[in-house]
Amino acid sequence: MSTSTSVAPSLPIPSRDAPPGAGAVAWLKENLFATWLSTAVTLALGYVIVRVAVALVEWAVLGAVWSVPYSPAGIAQTTVCQNAKGSGACWAVIADKYRLILFGRYPYDEQWRPALAVLIFIGLYAVSAMRRFWREELILIWIGALTVVGVLMWGGVLGLAPVTDDFWGGLPITLILATFGLAFAFPLAILVALGRRSTQLPAVRMLCVMFVELIRGVPLISVLFMASVMFPLFMPAGVNIDKLLRAQIAVILFAAAYLAEVVRGGLQALPKGQTEAADALGLSYWQKTAFVILPQALRLVIPPLVNTFIGFFKDTTLVLIVGLFDLLTMGKVALSDPPWQSFSTEVYVMLGVIYIAFCYAMSRYSRGLERELGVSQRR
Amino acid sequence: MSDATIDPRLTSGRAAPKRALRLSWSDPRFRAIVWQVVILGGVAAVAWYFINNTSQNLASRHIATGFGFLDRTAGIPIGESLISYNPAEDTYGRALLIGVLNTLKVSVVGVVLATILGTLIGVGRLSKNWLMARLTAFYVETLRDLPLLLQLLFWYTILQDLPAPRDAMSIGGAVYLSNRGLKLPTLDWEFAHTAALLALIAGAAGTWLWNRHARLRQEATGERPAVWPVALGLLAGLPLLVWAVLGAPSHWDVPALHGFNFQGGTNISPEYFALLLGLVTYTAGYIAEIVRSGIQAVPWGQWEAASALGLKRGAILRRIVLPQALRVIIPPMTSQYLNLTKNSSLAVAIGYQDLVSIANTTLNQTGQAIEGIAVIMAVYLTISLSISLFMNWYNAHIALVER
Repeated sequence: MSTSTSVAPSLPIPSRDAPPGAGAVAWLKENLFATWLSTAVTLALGYVIVRVAVALVEWAVLGAVWSVPYSPAGIAQTTVCQNAKGSGACWAVIADKYRLILFGRYPYDEQWRPALAVLIFIGLYAVSAMRRFWREELILIWIGALTVVGVLMWGGVLGLAPVTDDFWGGLPITLILATFGLAFAFPLAILVALGRRSTQLPAVRMLCVMFVELIRGVPLISVLFMASVMFPLFMPAGVNIDKLLRAQIAVILFAAAYLAEVVRGGLQALPKGQTEAADALGLSYWQKTAFVILPQALRLVIPPLVNTFIGFFKDTTLVLIVGLFDLLTMGKVALSDPPWQSFSTEVYVMLGVIYIAFCYAMSRYSRGLERELGVSQRR
Repeated sequence: MSDATIDPRLTSGRAAPKRALRLSWSDPRFRAIVWQVVILGGVAAVAWYFINNTSQNLASRHIATGFGFLDRTAGIPIGESLISYNPAEDTYGRALLIGVLNTLKVSVVGVVLATILGTLIGVGRLSKNWLMARLTAFYVETLRDLPLLLQLLFWYTILQDLPAPRDAMSIGGAVYLSNRGLKLPTLDWEFAHTAALLALIAGAAGTWLWNRHARLRQEATGERPAVWPVALGLLAGLPLLVWAVLGAPSHWDVPALHGFNFQGGTNISPEYFALLLGLVTYTAGYIAEIVRSGIQAVPWGQWEAASALGLKRGAILRRIVLPQALRVIIPPMTSQYLNLTKNSSLAVAIGYQDLVSIANTTLNQTGQAIEGIAVIMAVYLTISLSISLFMNWYNAHIALVER
């Protein structure tokens, strides 16, 4: 690659679209005004985009209300916002409620703990995204990070005041449900995928097929309902599993069924020769699986794995329906405060920005990875 | 004489030697059986433990079991229903049936609209117009990165913030949009309309026959008779003629404001509208990606060969590329249709009474959680299975027939 450029460094690289040196006008002609139809589309879309952009800037910036006065009792006086409604956004609701939305009812003075937990989660994602960490040590990093998060949130040790999970809420709940869901569902998913592929154990295969198809055939809500109303019936009298754990179990079961299919895709993509070679070496089933099959199969499925994780991240919002206080639910709770009731758009915009930030980063990463892995496979 | 000396293992031909099952850990078949017994036994034990606890809990809480509640009077108020329903008389069974119909109502319409919108956006992403390609890419990226539930709540709030019926937004004095939903005029259906509809079906059959005739004629003589005048006459002319002969009745039931609400016409409730809007725009983002990758999966040489034959861009897309792209598109499209149907259960969050919503009310009223959830799961499994079967049939229908 470097040799070809060093042979003739002065040669300009010819562009595919336009003759060299044509510049911006040629680009416009080629991409926006190529035919009369293209020109019409450009003009129509351009008009709409400009109109929308202007209206958006007027609403979100120029006409926006950034803060409101408070009464001596500490109640927000939202008359300014009411007057601006329709012409300007009321960002004062965010200024007033962002701590509640992000961290729920966690004790106000202790909210650095969920904040730190969120940062640990983000750090964990960043570390997992780096290819130099794709080794066995990653499992230890995950166990360590999730333990630290648990200690931070529950407290009770190291001089941290204990906080029961009834007070948890907001972004940490969303991240906990998604991340713990993935961490526990993944090993389960690998076992189910292996079981579904096993030829020796027909009864186990049937069991795995039933589990996967049953869960994938029904909506997540019904699994969550099952967890919230049926689990208490399953337990002996007097044993009570708390709400968060029940929802977490539902998310794990649901995630496991979907991840199992992703893992199965990776197992199927692996050439049969790998299994046969491992058999020829006299490896046992578990040696073969752990040292030959899984390291290769899992590497193949990392991009779809990230996409599935994005799905779970968004699906955690469904716990709103069974009454858990995740990020979206906290948004609704913040909106139930009488002075702010009519400013839902602003709150939804804020929530949307947070979700987009997480999902967009992950999907960008997944696509880049797909391209990278694709390149190495094409060679 | 020599028979006795032949090794018995060689006489069994090519089949693998069948050895007797040895009761030893070194026999793989024995191991397999032991493992299966252990695993199935473990699952059965856990299941038995749960069932045992459940029956004790149900007994101690005096909750009835079985599906007897389906025949009892429901008393659930239901806002919109495709079949008649009276909360004072009708049973839980009928209420749940209405829930199923409401789920199907939003799913079927949603699948059709999402397919249309998604295909348009997917093709738009491949547009040579830079602005069009960017804008559709932005749509796909944004809509797919926002949780559906957030989008549904957002749309529902917007629809609720619309003006009251008194100040409803009107389009041409016949369609009204207010916080009570979308009011549309309806046609008073008469015999002439049924007759015109039948004439349209007959016209379609005639057009098909004429098209077939034209194709055969073209194959025989190379000369293709014009199809469009006949098609126009049969598809538009014939129904119009039938309708005019029968007196051309056209009385529209236009919604009009009486007191605090509209009378006449038909209403699309804000709940249904918000759910449909959210499901369609969200799923269209995914369908757009499927359509785009499907079209891109068709080799570039197909485009070049078609343009070398002198076909126009639209004709290439319709005649050459889409039929080939469909084979790539259908399997992932099936799972999107399934997702849309399953996602319609989010209706419970905005108060549209679909199956999950009504089943949830039922299990709260009767306390029969297990039966309620069993109904939900059974219905969704049936729907999922039906969609999969249909799409598999369609997939086999369009699959490339190779020698």
